[in-house]
Amino acid sequence: MNVESEKVDGGIHPKHSAKKYIVGYLSSLVLTALAYTFALKRSFTLGPLLIVLMVLAGLQIVVQLYFFMHATEGDGPPFHLGALVLGLFFTFAVALMSVWIMGFPAFSARVS
Amino acid sequence: MAFIEYALHGRVANEEKPLEYQDPEQSIKILGFWIFLATDMLLFGCLFATYLVLRTHTDGGLTAKQLFDVPGFATETFLLLTSSFTGGLATLAMRNRNKSAVLAWIAVTVLLGLGFLGFEVSEFAANVARGATMQRSAFLSAFYTLVGTHGLHVSIGIGWMIVTWIQIARKGITRVTARKLFVVNLYWHFLDVVWVFIFTVVYLSGVVM
Repeated sequence: MNVESEKVDGGIHPKHSAKKYIVGYLSSLVLTALAYTFALKRSFTLGPLLIVLMVLAGLQIVVQLYFFMHATEGDGPPFHLGALVLGLFFTFAVALMSVWIMGFPAFSARVS
Repeated sequence: MAFIEYALHGRVANEEKPLEYQDPEQSIKILGFWIFLATDMLLFGCLFATYLVLRTHTDGGLTAKQLFDVPGFATETFLLLTSSFTGGLATLAMRNRNKSAVLAWIAVTVLLGLGFLGFEVSEFAANVARGATMQRSAFLSAFYTLVGTHGLHVSIGIGWMIVTWIQIARKGITRVTARKLFVVNLYWHFLDVVWVFIFTVVYLSGVVM
């Protein structure tokens, strides 16, 4: 079946609105502005500041996934969400556990 | 019901679904691309881990705080966030079967992507002019590998966007080109997510620490 040649313009289809995209864009700008303001004004002491920045970045992931990437939509069971959650878990595990293990006194003495 | 229809006709005619999901053969490719993104995330996870471990190993060279230029990376961030939005608008126009709007928004997205790359290249050139080359210290090796891998992804994304633009210009909005546009935009939004972590973990943390 040649789908390539089959034009789909002109059919009856629901109109999609730009609202979701505009809300997504504005929230990503606000989250970014907050991150820059907190960091440049040193609004918190270092430890809490880094945690706040990571939380803001985490919210940006949610904004991109929900408003732009339509992660909650799709055809059939949401297998892609399973892959996504597993990917995110391994990514954060590799990065954060590296920081954790290198923070051990025996290690930091040897490498620095 | 949908399954019987699929068995009989090879596809499910469901006009309620967004265009890119209407043909099962195309929608399975979207699932495949999500799985690719999950694995690409692991690549960046390893590069972030390397950077976080080597971040302080400057070997007497420039440190993160001395190197990073706040207005420069703020501009890069703004350009990439905006291009993620305009890419999304291209997907929206595709779902509304508006070919000229699709082509216009892809063009805007490509230009913003090129702007981002331009700022990144000039940032790297300015760093090198100050003696901060990739081989200077472990910190700089990790920095250029992480940020450069993201920049390479963006370059590939720009080329891919241009190819998609040409295909849509020539073939119009079909179930196949709709899926292609959706997938290239998934990639583009993913790169925006990676950049958010680069500006948080590398740039902003580098400036405050």
